[in-house]
Amino acid sequence: MTEPLLSVRDLVIEFPTRRGVLRAIDGVSFDIAPGEVLGMVGESGAGKSLTGAAIIGLLEPPGRIVSGEIKLKGERIDHLSPAAMRKIRGRRIGMVFQDPLTSLNPLYTVAKQLIETIRTHMNVSDAEARKRAVALLDRVGIPAADRRIDDYPHQFSGGMRQRVVIALALCAEPELVIADEPTTALDVSVQSQIIDLLKEICAEKGASVMLITHDMGVIAETADRVAVLYSGRIAEVGPVASVISEAEHPYTRGLMGSIPTLTHDSDRLVQIPGSMPRLNAIPPGCAFNPRCTQAFDRCRVERPFPIDRPGDRRVACWLYDEQEATHG
Amino acid sequence: MADPLIEVRGLGRRFDVSKPWLNRVLEREERQYLTATADVNFSIARGETFALVGESGSGKSTIAKMIVGLLPPSEGQILFDGQDMGKVGTSELRALRRRFQMIFQDPFASLNPRWRVGDIVSEPLRTFGLAKGAEVTREMERLLDTVGLSARDAEKFPHEFSGGQRQRIAIARALSAKPEFIVCDEPTSALDVSVQAQILNLMRDLQDEMGLTYLFISHDLSVVRHMATRTGVLYLGRLVEVSEGKSLFRDPQHPYTKMLLDAVPDLALSGRRRTPVTGEIPNPINPPSGCPFHPRCPVAIDKCKTDVPPSFQTPNGSAACHLLG
Ligand SMILES: Nc1ncnc2c1ncn2[C@@H]1O[C@H](COP(=O)(O)OP(=O)(O)OP(=O)(O)O)[C@@H](O)[C@H]1O
Ligand SMILES: Nc1ncnc2c1ncn2[C@@H]1O[C@H](COP(=O)(O)OP(=O)(O)OP(=O)(O)O)[C@@H](O)[C@H]1O
Ligand code: SF4
Ligand SMILES: [Mg+2]
Ligand SMILES: [Mg+2]
Repeated sequence: MTEPLLSVRDLVIEFPTRRGVLRAIDGVSFDIAPGEVLGMVGESGAGKSLTGAAIIGLLEPPGRIVSGEIKLKGERIDHLSPAAMRKIRGRRIGMVFQDPLTSLNPLYTVAKQLIETIRTHMNVSDAEARKRAVALLDRVGIPAADRRIDDYPHQFSGGMRQRVVIALALCAEPELVIADEPTTALDVSVQSQIIDLLKEICAEKGASVMLITHDMGVIAETADRVAVLYSGRIAEVGPVASVISEAEHPYTRGLMGSIPTLTHDSDRLVQIPGSMPRLNAIPPGCAFNPRCTQAFDRCRVERPFPIDRPGDRRVACWLYDEQEATHG
Repeated sequence: MADPLIEVRGLGRRFDVSKPWLNRVLEREERQYLTATADVNFSIARGETFALVGESGSGKSTIAKMIVGLLPPSEGQILFDGQDMGKVGTSELRALRRRFQMIFQDPFASLNPRWRVGDIVSEPLRTFGLAKGAEVTREMERLLDTVGLSARDAEKFPHEFSGGQRQRIAIARALSAKPEFIVCDEPTSALDVSVQAQILNLMRDLQDEMGLTYLFISHDLSVVRHMATRTGVLYLGRLVEVSEGKSLFRDPQHPYTKMLLDAVPDLALSGRRRTPVTGEIPNPINPPSGCPFHPRCPVAIDKCKTDVPPSFQTPNGSAACHLLG
């Protein structure tokens, strides 16, 4: 196997609070290969954004990484100084967030922001940087890019602003782009344009993508592999087609059945009882066990470790443990 | 439709979005109006789920608010059970009001945070005089049970519940007035999919048990397809297509409906190549002339730029497009 571009191992993130320590990410491990699109799905509060923030070094205190490691091309990046991390952010890892205005400064023109980012990270003249910026804006579908580049962010519509953010994320030609719900705030018809654009342009530039979303449809159309997050742990990870069509983890299976689609008729949707536990109430054993229809004694006391499955998959569920199979 | 429960005729709503008077005078500007809905016609039969789907700003909530009386229409009529809501007297209106209820997208904002759940749910029972004394508590507990909560939850406050549970509280409150018709404006848009499934299943069960009629509003086409017995598609405040059953999704007629369906990310992994969607929704203050969709329409003809298309019959409903005439 080629060396992964990004590798996250046993990541643990905690928040110390007055009432005790909350563990929001608990032993998360995954890899992203060069050029790969990894989708990260999960319900609200599962820990998707925290995982992304930890990778780009933007975890907000009091949140902190207590153990585990994050490597970019084999080099640890989880304990770098803020200055060293700033060099990686933008240059080697680009970011796209749900709200374009978190990435764009409302007081500066788009030109100023793009040119500055290009010149901070690459050794080019002002004129050359501007030329590149215009070409990139044109590439992301901003009409009359050579004129619009001198506009301010508020002069663009929501969809156009997200295009500008994509241009900004890619202008220093990063190896990895982390996109956290990049289309959640957009309308359906604009969402598909942005997803297509993100996918195409990253493929062109050879950048890997970590696509964070709660929308399985977006994952299905965009990702190569998908990691399903539940209560700060990875329930299941594998190639997108097999995880969607033959989910193995009981949570993923329930999740897939609970989504209405445009093609399948059913009178009732699959219903997972209850909801994901709050961080101070994660049950012992498997975090999903109180909602799981297949839970047995072991699930209530012992936490399932990730089990390798055929077809490049991994599932954290005792149903797939060989010991269980032999005991019958 | 014979004997519809709700009928909406030529419904329109404008908002005055002008700058303050002095600015207008100084900057020599005209008054500005935003047309949130224009000439909307539909009826809803008893026991039916009529869905309205559309992108942000298409006028869904404006229609919902006009129907439940939270917003007066600028034009048109709303008939409930044959009675023109704009013409009935105050006491009749009060009696009619009990018969329809509304559920909102954000269950937190719509529940009074200082009231206990029991009081929230029993308030309509008292207001409309539907129960007295100990009966109120008994009925309130029965309602909590109906929506999958327990009698013990009556003592708690809304913030002690998750989003899905809060939406259950909102549904219990709506049901306590014993309505026939419920307007649901994005009832599950703020919820996670697994919780959304619980609420959608609950809403269908309640409909079967109580014969409820729903106006179901959502921007999510898959959810609408799952819930609707008939669907209307809104674009820039106009109803562009209405279609029976699931035919809208199988055989869309209006170019906008086609584009919208094409844009939905596909869970079926069919690997279909989408026709790329172009453009964004124009500013509703200066909407395009003629057919509001013409600047984005891949099949527009000259007439589309000048004439507003009327509604034409289609195999399973109607659609407002010149090419269907
Ligand atoms: N500053 C904080 N203090 C305490 N807990 C926090 C803090 N920030 C995040 N959390 C908790 O960490 C968990 C994971 O949060 P995260 O934002 O990663 O979720 P997410 O999967 O991105 O959800 P969403 O889909 O809602 O964006 C949540 O339970 C959240 O409440
Ligand atoms: N009180 C108001 N004053 C001015 N404009 C308004 C007002 N209420 C709504 N609008 C405008 O009317 C149009 C329709 O709004 P409406 O809220 O009905 O849309 P919607 O389809 O419910 O959208 P969403 O999916 O975002 O909820 C929008 O352009 C909106 O900005
Ligand atoms: S480990 Fe047990 S409780 Fe957890 S998902 Fe598997 S069967 Fe269910
Ligand atoms: Mg998030
Ligand atoms: Mg609305």
